[in-house]
Amino acid sequence: MTQLAKGSIAAAAGAEGGSPADSTFTESDSESATVIALRTEEDLLAVRHAVRAATLKLGFGIVDQTRVVTAASELARNAYIHGGGGALTIEYPRRQGTPGVRLTIRDDGPGIPDLDAALTDGFTTGAGLGHGLGGARRLMDDFEVHTAPGKGTTVIATRWARQ
Amino acid sequence: MAGRPTTGVPILRLGDVLVTGLLNELDDKTALAFTDELTERISAESIRGVLIDVSRLEIIDSFVARTLMELTTMARLLGARVIVAGMRPPVAITLVELGVELVGVETALDAERGMAALGWRQGPAPGGVRRDTTR
Repeated sequence: MTQLAKGSIAAAAGAEGGSPADSTFTESDSESATVIALRTEEDLLAVRHAVRAATLKLGFGIVDQTRVVTAASELARNAYIHGGGGALTIEYPRRQGTPGVRLTIRDDGPGIPDLDAALTDGFTTGAGLGHGLGGARRLMDDFEVHTAPGKGTTVIATRWARQ
Repeated sequence: MAGRPTTGVPILRLGDVLVTGLLNELDDKTALAFTDELTERISAESIRGVLIDVSRLEIIDSFVARTLMELTTMARLLGARVIVAGMRPPVAITLVELGVELVGVETALDAERGMAALGWRQGPAPGGVRRDTTR
């Protein structure tokens, strides 16, 4: 995590997102974080169930539920296929009283050599459409990627409840 | 029917149309096996239309989208037309935001409209039996 050679991209999908302070970790709710290993294809299904449950817990609408679960599926598959496995953590941060769901997807893979390219639609090095990373960014409010060659990749993506 | 291991996804045949549906628990291996089975049956049974109901899918990610696009292209190369029916509205919204447009994939609002597009019409019941609406 100390290596941010290719930069940490903090992208807010909407204007409501990201003052720089948001990208630092806010204290999670007392509700404990959930960690799911990403070692098998079955784990990808477990991720969908757990993330769906998390969005339901916060009362997300059906479209927001679908956005977050889809983003989780894309990011978990990236970690499984490109990163050789890893883990997904679900947390419940608060920002000025607004609850959110934060997904942290970590893998120990080779890292992403060209992050800008990887965030571009149509870029793929594996099975997929190449929409995974850039697409997941559009589905979430806050999005950070930390990666460096040989150091793995960590994606931190948050979606906040709508008021 | 084909006497070989299948994916567990039921594929029904109605004349020269195959009718099937994807389940939410679809994993990657099943999706690929489903493609294999469907293309084999299209060829072996001279199928001209395939209806794939996706109304059970709570999400479609880029992997499933790619599977549907490839399947559509393969079927077309084999002379069959695929219609994807019943997508949930939140799934449609999310796919567009994801950047996946399912280019080349024909769709229908629901399975009934999809079957109509493939040439199936709901006719009167055999023997002229009518539904008794007075009861």
